[in-house]
Amino acid sequence: MRNLITLTGRELRAFFYSPIAYATGFIFAVITGVFFYAALSYYGMASYEMSRMAQFAGPRELSLGEYVLRPLFGNLSVVMLLMLPLLTMRLFSEERKAGSLELLFTWPLTDFQITLGKFLAVYLVFLLMLAVSALNIAILAWFAPPPWGVVACGYLGLALLGAAFLAMGLFMSTLTENQVIAAALSFGALLLFWVVGWLVPEQKDAFAAMVEYLSIFSHFERFSKGVVDTRDVVYYLSFAFLFLFLTLRSLEAAKYRG
Amino acid sequence: MIKAENLTKRYGAVTAVNAVSFEVAPGEICGFLGPNGAGKTTTMRVLTGFIPPSQGRVEVAGLDVARDPLEVKKRVGYLPETTPLYGDMRVEEYLQFVGRIKGVARGGLTQAVGGVMEAARIADRRRSLIRTLSKGYRQRVGLAQALIGGPEVLILDEPTIGLDPTQIKDIRSLIKSLAGKRTVILSSHILSEVQLICSRVVIIKGGRLLASESIESLAAALGGHLSVSAKAPADQLGEALARLPGVKSVAARGPGAEPGAARFEIVPSDVSLARREIARFVVGRGWELVALTGGAASLEEAYLSLVGRADAHPEPEAPHA
Ligand SMILES: Nc1ncnc2c1ncn2[C@@H]1O[C@H](COP(=O)(O)OP(=O)(O)OP(=O)(O)O)[C@@H](O)[C@H]1O
Ligand SMILES: [Mg+2]
Repeated sequence: MRNLITLTGRELRAFFYSPIAYATGFIFAVITGVFFYAALSYYGMASYEMSRMAQFAGPRELSLGEYVLRPLFGNLSVVMLLMLPLLTMRLFSEERKAGSLELLFTWPLTDFQITLGKFLAVYLVFLLMLAVSALNIAILAWFAPPPWGVVACGYLGLALLGAAFLAMGLFMSTLTENQVIAAALSFGALLLFWVVGWLVPEQKDAFAAMVEYLSIFSHFERFSKGVVDTRDVVYYLSFAFLFLFLTLRSLEAAKYRG
Repeated sequence: MIKAENLTKRYGAVTAVNAVSFEVAPGEICGFLGPNGAGKTTTMRVLTGFIPPSQGRVEVAGLDVARDPLEVKKRVGYLPETTPLYGDMRVEEYLQFVGRIKGVARGGLTQAVGGVMEAARIADRRRSLIRTLSKGYRQRVGLAQALIGGPEVLILDEPTIGLDPTQIKDIRSLIKSLAGKRTVILSSHILSEVQLICSRVVIIKGGRLLASESIESLAAALGGHLSVSAKAPADQLGEALARLPGVKSVAARGPGAEPGAARFEIVPSDVSLARREIARFVVGRGWELVALTGGAASLEEAYLSLVGRADAHPEPEAPHA
């Protein structure tokens, strides 16, 4: 436990010594803000149109959740797909290239501690990024209270989605000592898991259900609508655990390759 | 304390280490010698548990490295060949990090870090970013990292490479002072260094073990050589020398440095006995002893003769003309 804290602390510090975390966090914050602004102004325009037409259709209020939060969460999830591989790419690749894995693996640590330490560190950095993006919600709350249930669900979904993305990125960084290749591999793999969702066949048979189950974003839809389904939670958690497990296997295999 | 049995490591088709067995007793300082690519680094990596052997087994501090890697790692301090440190950390911060990982108690951490910084003489750079250190300083931080926590076994891959002459002296005496307290394996290409600090050597070449014994017995096996010149009739002197105790063979080398002197090269079976007898004999006969030089074989001669011999016969089973 003490080792895990020590390792996580070092990894965290390494993030803040390197410009990558700042650059990624900054771009993430800016893009989030732009998307938020776009969704909000679309909402404003739509409400204005609505109030003009109220005399025909009767008074009706547009839901903040439907018009602002849902598109915001959807956009955030795609931005994460693009940005998170940049956070994970250096985790093992950099140490492989520099040779510092040789010391890391000859200190009295288990592979599990090493893997978990790196994962926890990058996950904390990611949570910090999410927290910064939540400033947008705070601004919204200043003007009109958003449906807090939907906000909570959306952020839970993003947190789970992030765990899955980061675990996969961590695994990819064990495969190569080149950080660019590690980022490209995890980006490509995540894209594949996304695109699979577009291939869902029309007829609703078992195969279609399976393809839909595999798709990484189909599980996010419900979160962004404010619904927590245990199947979605289980999907993301098993996705993350699978890749953490593969990371351990990959480290083991690398030792035999020498 | 350290035991390798039939250790073999293959990288694909390359056999880096081939059926090597040796043992190092507690408190010994063992030098690991061999030409480039001999398999020294590979053997050390197996000993530290960084890579598993393809065959054979290694024991460190009485524990099987394959079965008990964590317990072995707690007892080993390792300085890898490339000294891969975390460049983004400061010296003191890095050593504190390693100390914590090696299980140094929280209360003793500051003292432990101070101690190894003192020993490796890096206290003056404790606040420097490791990335900005010179090669020699990085090497010393690597050494401090290996020393922290007082491990029973130290495995040092070329520890004095890149150090300045004063530092080499300091680090050598530091390692020498560990004799009897810690078990040390160090690799080096500097034979005089190994002769100075090690009590025994393991020599490998092309992945095969050439020798594993104490430096004295290695040198004694080689015998050394003596060179005599004396003002005496060459034929009489040669004949007499060959009959002296401790002398194996005698070869005439023509006239000596001074007029009237004859010079002979002698291969002794016992250097000190031969030297004593020769001096006594020549003086006893009333001849003038001009020079009597040479002595026991140095590690360098032993090494060159072993490695060179292996060079000349890469295939021991092949018949030669
Ligand atoms: N990761 C690897 N993959 C393939 N071959 C390797 C690997 N590491 C070492 N080798 C090979 O194994 C052999 C032994 O290498 P090793 O590094 O152990 O030699 P060394 O005795 O330490 O040499 P030096 O004195 O140059 O440090 C060499 O032929 C080397 O090319
Ligand atoms: Mg080497």
